[in-house]
Amino acid sequence: MIDLALSVVSLARFQFAMTTIFHFFFVPFSIGMGLVVSIMETLYVIKKDEVYKHMTKFWSKIFLLSFAVGVVTGIIQEFQFGMNWSAYSRFVGDIFGAPLAIEALVAFFLESTFLGFWMFSWDKVKPALHVTFLWLVTIGSSLSALWILIANSFMQNPSGFILNKETGRAQLVNFADLIKNHQVWLEFPHVLIGAFLTAGFVVAGMSAMALLRKTKNTDFFRKSMKVGLILGLVTTFGMLFTGDRHSLFLQDDQPMKFAATEGLYENVGGKNKSEPWAVVGWYNEKEHKPDFEINVPYVLSILAHHSLTGENKGANEISKELHAKYDKKFGKDMNYYVPFNAIFYAFRVMAVSAGAFLMVAVVGLWFNRKKHSDDFLMNQKWWLWIMSIVTFLPFAANTGGWLVTELGRYPWVVYGYLTIADAVSPNVSAGSMLFSNIVYFLTFCTLGGVMVYYSARVLREGPDDLMQTKAVIKDPFAEEAFN
Amino acid sequence: MSALQILWFVLIGILFAGFFFLEGFDFGVGMAVKTLAKDDHERDALIGSIGPNWDANEVWLITAGGAMFAAMPIWYAGLFSGFYLPLFLILIALIFRGVSFEFRAMAKFNKAKNIWEWATAIGSFVAPFLFGMIFTALVKGMPVDANFNIRGHFFDFVNLFSIVGGVAVVLMSYIHGLNFIRLKVDGDIRYRAAKVAKVLYPVLLAGEVVFAILLFIYTDFFQNKPVITVILLAVIVLATVVSYIATLKDKEILSFIATGINLVALVTLLFVGLFPRVIVANNPAHSVLIKDASSSPYTLTIMTWIVVSILPIVLAYQIWSYYVFRKRLTVGQAGGSH
Repeated sequence: MIDLALSVVSLARFQFAMTTIFHFFFVPFSIGMGLVVSIMETLYVIKKDEVYKHMTKFWSKIFLLSFAVGVVTGIIQEFQFGMNWSAYSRFVGDIFGAPLAIEALVAFFLESTFLGFWMFSWDKVKPALHVTFLWLVTIGSSLSALWILIANSFMQNPSGFILNKETGRAQLVNFADLIKNHQVWLEFPHVLIGAFLTAGFVVAGMSAMALLRKTKNTDFFRKSMKVGLILGLVTTFGMLFTGDRHSLFLQDDQPMKFAATEGLYENVGGKNKSEPWAVVGWYNEKEHKPDFEINVPYVLSILAHHSLTGENKGANEISKELHAKYDKKFGKDMNYYVPFNAIFYAFRVMAVSAGAFLMVAVVGLWFNRKKHSDDFLMNQKWWLWIMSIVTFLPFAANTGGWLVTELGRYPWVVYGYLTIADAVSPNVSAGSMLFSNIVYFLTFCTLGGVMVYYSARVLREGPDDLMQTKAVIKDPFAEEAFN
Repeated sequence: MSALQILWFVLIGILFAGFFFLEGFDFGVGMAVKTLAKDDHERDALIGSIGPNWDANEVWLITAGGAMFAAMPIWYAGLFSGFYLPLFLILIALIFRGVSFEFRAMAKFNKAKNIWEWATAIGSFVAPFLFGMIFTALVKGMPVDANFNIRGHFFDFVNLFSIVGGVAVVLMSYIHGLNFIRLKVDGDIRYRAAKVAKVLYPVLLAGEVVFAILLFIYTDFFQNKPVITVILLAVIVLATVVSYIATLKDKEILSFIATGINLVALVTLLFVGLFPRVIVANNPAHSVLIKDASSSPYTLTIMTWIVVSILPIVLAYQIWSYYVFRKRLTVGQAGGSH
């Protein structure tokens, strides 16, 4: 009835990819927006300048939208492991469930409760207390990133456990090792800083859109742009640093993933030899060789070894090594080649984005200097256009990073211990899985569409209504006037 | 079965009980948005009354799921894959319900507002109904294979008993929600909520009797644990009666607490009936037992320390939140989020 190509495994994989990518549009965005809005409200508390209060309220509309979509798409993730990947859940439950439960206990309760506090206590508590609520939300959502990445890091680089021969399941023996796993401390800073970066460039880019539309509130959007760009600049450096560290470790932890990010089928370099870097290329994934490549000398050595020389293994040799290591347990028919082109370009999306972010932050801050008049800035239409487009770039970069991380782990769910094919639920039919895929897809299209539509409207309307509310509060007969 | 394993079975039960007590009333309020409220002001007041808390209430479910995964992975894996479609529909209901509050606040036109209000109401109905069905079907017994996989057919999920279970949870949540409205909202709707509740109590009582009879026919509760089963059923009926009388006498707090106990007692009954199993199989040899379903003693010990140190803090700030937002919302003046 159902085509064989739509096997339960491929449907479950597609569903995991779809739901996590969609979720991961909103999660970094909302974590970052939490920080941006916290910064804005803190500026208001310190400087007591009303414009920062308006900024807080205005951008919090976008924050709350992204938070809502992030929360509801997150519930799917926790259920999905049991629903689609029950064999996986049985295998790793002793280890993997703990960080998930701790995430809910430590992070979700904190962020959801204090978001409720924050949303409904404007003008009811002292500003310093009010902004504290928001900081607790931001801390809560950052903690949730930490715990979910502790869980993910176990899948990438398993540690702190033994295989229980009796039950055939992985068993936790050292909880501290789960947290100390170096993968956690590579992944977590990179993802968290990426979340902050996302919000920085979205706020800057949306402000540019508003200026392009000849908004009356130039001061408001220039100040917002400044906050966004400063955050963007700092975080771009953070991304370069953490990304670099990540790829240093990757060469040892998951050499196949690294080979794909750099397009290496054959070994390259040597003790006193330099390695060229493929800027673009296309790879023949059947014959395991490049169809074409444009190489720049020395660059890979610099990137991978911080030196002019060095060596890296190519996928063909790594595949042989993996067969030698795992054939006894998993059989000779395993395919250890990861999807080369997808990972190669996902990685380049990240790299190119980083360059673009750096340029946009520096040039944008220069154009937005106090010395430059509003008219000057608003006349640089070409520049505002570039910034507007860059609004969407962090989402592409986040997705690229996610794809490298997850696709590059192929064929493992738990690296070296459990394959994807062995992880799927044995009792869920392809029909159920197809149905849920279709409904999720339609749901995400709806949520994404509504989210973009409302965000665009928030921007179009600008902060005018917030400034009017202020006039009401200033009514001398209002209760607030006597406080 | 070790003491730690029993502790975690109880803890997961407590988390589900907490979920139904808390999210129960905001499911009820959600349904009331389209069944009780008459105009926009009333709908604003209803949504405002659960605004600061519904999200944190839902975290009780996520924590219960996480605790199940961490402490009893075999249960988690078997239950979630075995009840694939109902859980999937619950997720869709919770997704649309979850965004509906924020999207409604953003909506400008009545048409769009109306759509999101329906999302609130339908989501608030579907989720408790399916939860009721899942738990009832689970204690009735499912076809389970030798590898702990539930392989159910349509009528294993949908049958007279599970439908009655679903309706019971919906009705309890709805009345619980009406009592919350009476407690938190002022205006005409507060009294209309009481009126509707008074009509529904007899229906709920009748439903509880039917449920008890079906429980006798379809489950082994009465054979295995007759005393505690009868006591808990009596608590459920008594809580409904107390709540009914309290509503008649306009004692709002008491009627709300009593419907809360109603839901908690139902969850307790189901967990007591499950014990010492976590998945009941038609073929008793394939039932999944707590001792086989749980994590290693090491993981359970770590998780116990974490829960013992963190849950009190969570409870403290959640209670503080209800205290801060204790004021009644008056229709027409409900504060929005923006």
